[in-house]
Amino acid sequence: MLNYVWSGLVIISIICSVFLGNTEDLSKALVDSGASSIELIITMAGIICLWTGIMKIAVESGLTSVFAKIFSPLLRPLFPNLDKNSDAYKSISMNISANLLGLGNAATPFGLKAMEQLHTLNNKCDTASNEMIIFVVMNTASLQLLPTTLASLRQSYGSSAPFEIIVPVWISSACALAAALICACTLNCVKRKER
Amino acid sequence: MEFVMPAFACIIVVFGLIKRVPVFDIFLKGAKEGMQILYNIAPTIIGLVFAVDLLRSSGAIDAICNFIEPVADYLGFPKEIVPMVLLRPVSGSGSTALLTSLYEQCGPDSFAGRVASVLAGSSETTFYAIAMYFGCIKVKKIRHTLFAAIIADITAAVMSVLTVRLYFGIS
Repeated sequence: MLNYVWSGLVIISIICSVFLGNTEDLSKALVDSGASSIELIITMAGIICLWTGIMKIAVESGLTSVFAKIFSPLLRPLFPNLDKNSDAYKSISMNISANLLGLGNAATPFGLKAMEQLHTLNNKCDTASNEMIIFVVMNTASLQLLPTTLASLRQSYGSSAPFEIIVPVWISSACALAAALICACTLNCVKRKER
Repeated sequence: MEFVMPAFACIIVVFGLIKRVPVFDIFLKGAKEGMQILYNIAPTIIGLVFAVDLLRSSGAIDAICNFIEPVADYLGFPKEIVPMVLLRPVSGSGSTALLTSLYEQCGPDSFAGRVASVLAGSSETTFYAIAMYFGCIKVKKIRHTLFAAIIADITAAVMSVLTVRLYFGIS
């Protein structure tokens, strides 16, 4: 699937640039993208290592179990086949709490860890499990309670009430999340019957 | 709200100290695992940045927008945010750049500015997240993940217009 999306992006860009006469910009981007991706990786390296380190402390001290208990009512129906005491369950709880607090940078490492643990539970097979799909879909819909970055951006551009969009943001992201979860759960059930 | 992140880290460390675990040793162990994760996702990042940079520099987004804008206008969707809807799933920094230029042109408290804000707050960089999460464990058959995620993006785009209309009154 991602093969098609990726090659689609590349091919569309190249065809468009030829027709629109942007080939010069395109070849510049082609060269620059290498440098900018390495820059991004280096920035992410620090963030990921820092938060996986912090996460490890939370796991060893038993704090993740506390978070897992808090989110249990929410996670139980979404991951019915996942063991409540598994590492993946705890990582997912940490990922959700970081997301809710608006700590996107911290949430990603927790999420990556959770995916690794789900992968182990899935016998390292190359097909995504139902749990993986639900978890990734949850992460592609934004879960923030306080969109702080957004509000500060609005403020810096002279908004009279930077936080006034918060209620529409909640409603809109709740709808997006619900739509995605309903879609993913339904398809999970349908495909399971097919097997 | 800048204190949230340090507070979150601090609570974890203090909790670790209370439970008498060797915090720094464990931190180092975890950070090492982080390097492993990074090693796994690095190729994905390079590939994605490459594709997204090509897309942004080719003018493809503008070309597609020219087709979509009349339709969007007809449906009551502010046409200024069409480029953002298209770029949001693939590029976080790219869509933020569009958001700030929209704030400059229309102002953050205009109708388009509010819709763009709500959209930015209620959607994520879908493709990026999917590629990274599945890339780090090398899972290739992602089944219907992409479909469900696109449903979320479309819902967020539609709901951002609807909620702004309902919450701030029809403009």
